[in-house]
Amino acid sequence: MLREGHEVSCLDEDPESHARLEVGLEKSWEDLGGQFTVGAGLETEALVAAGIERADAFIASTDGDNTNIVIAQIAQKRYEVPTVIARVLDPLRAEWYQRQGLNTVCPTSVAIDMLETAVRKGGEAGPPDGAAEAA
Amino acid sequence: MYIIVVGAGKVGWNLARELLEKDHEVTLIENNRRRYLTVEQELEHNVSYGDASELWVLERAGVQRADMVIAVTGDDEDNMLICQVAKEKYLVNQIIARVNNPRNRQHFDLLGIKPSVSATDLILRLLEHEVPEYGLVHLLDLQEEQLEIIEMLLGSDSAVTGRRVGDLQMPEGSLLISVLRAGKGFVPTADTVLEEGDEVLAVLDPGKEDDLKTLFGPKSNGA
Repeated sequence: MLREGHEVSCLDEDPESHARLEVGLEKSWEDLGGQFTVGAGLETEALVAAGIERADAFIASTDGDNTNIVIAQIAQKRYEVPTVIARVLDPLRAEWYQRQGLNTVCPTSVAIDMLETAVRKGGEAGPPDGAAEAA
Repeated sequence: MYIIVVGAGKVGWNLARELLEKDHEVTLIENNRRRYLTVEQELEHNVSYGDASELWVLERAGVQRADMVIAVTGDDEDNMLICQVAKEKYLVNQIIARVNNPRNRQHFDLLGIKPSVSATDLILRLLEHEVPEYGLVHLLDLQEEQLEIIEMLLGSDSAVTGRRVGDLQMPEGSLLISVLRAGKGFVPTADTVLEEGDEVLAVLDPGKEDDLKTLFGPKSNGA
């Protein structure tokens, strides 16, 4: 999204994660206009420091479903970010929260669909970018 | 009542035990296998193994017919979402959530998770109550009703000792509701004269504490 010219701000508890952002980049994350904040997503100070108050979109994609659902609702209800998306691995809850008005993306459902498709095609025609293996 | 308690730590286990002794029907849900096996030795079929933030685990415990869901795990996000789902999806009448980190209380409020209980806050209240130099003690916050009840101990230097209640210029939005004197409480009249050592209780609109502190606190020069 940064390459497309958007302003992107990442919030992560682990300072080392910054290095991962720069893998494959020709310049540093900051030189390309990115922002990186160390902090926990439940800390309002960290969210504000990361610029949530002026964000047009907010993505909660930590490795914990519960954290994502809570933070996404904070972004939606407290900071009124126009577009909010939460990564939720649990398909049942992804569906329920979606119906409650919280946008969710469920990698589990997506992976199941891909794997099913691959099986039906005899394992030949996976997605072109190798996403089936990654899943 | 049928009560589901989530989290079989010290709080959850003892809570479940107490509730069972009071003849409630209880299911305690624990997601750590070893902890579950330990607790199961005592509580037997009243304990269920699983992660209560997964819907099927709650459903298996019979959340649809539960009168109350109490979430007391050590994880605030879990407690919030378990209660949110219990209340909004399964329409459970009464929920109670434990707040581990008091700074997360605002998030519980934002998601409509009430009441929430924080041990840190409770101890802090107790501390304020036991340590008199705090002056003014919060006894109760009625958040829905937008009222607070506070207690003040009148020291020898208080500006109101020796004065009639009727002569006090109580700030608007506040009311003196009782006086504790020598171990006994009574409702003051306009003719009650306040004495040193009285503990007075007042009900007030939020934000009026400072006005009351000024009125009941030490005499300032010239006042």
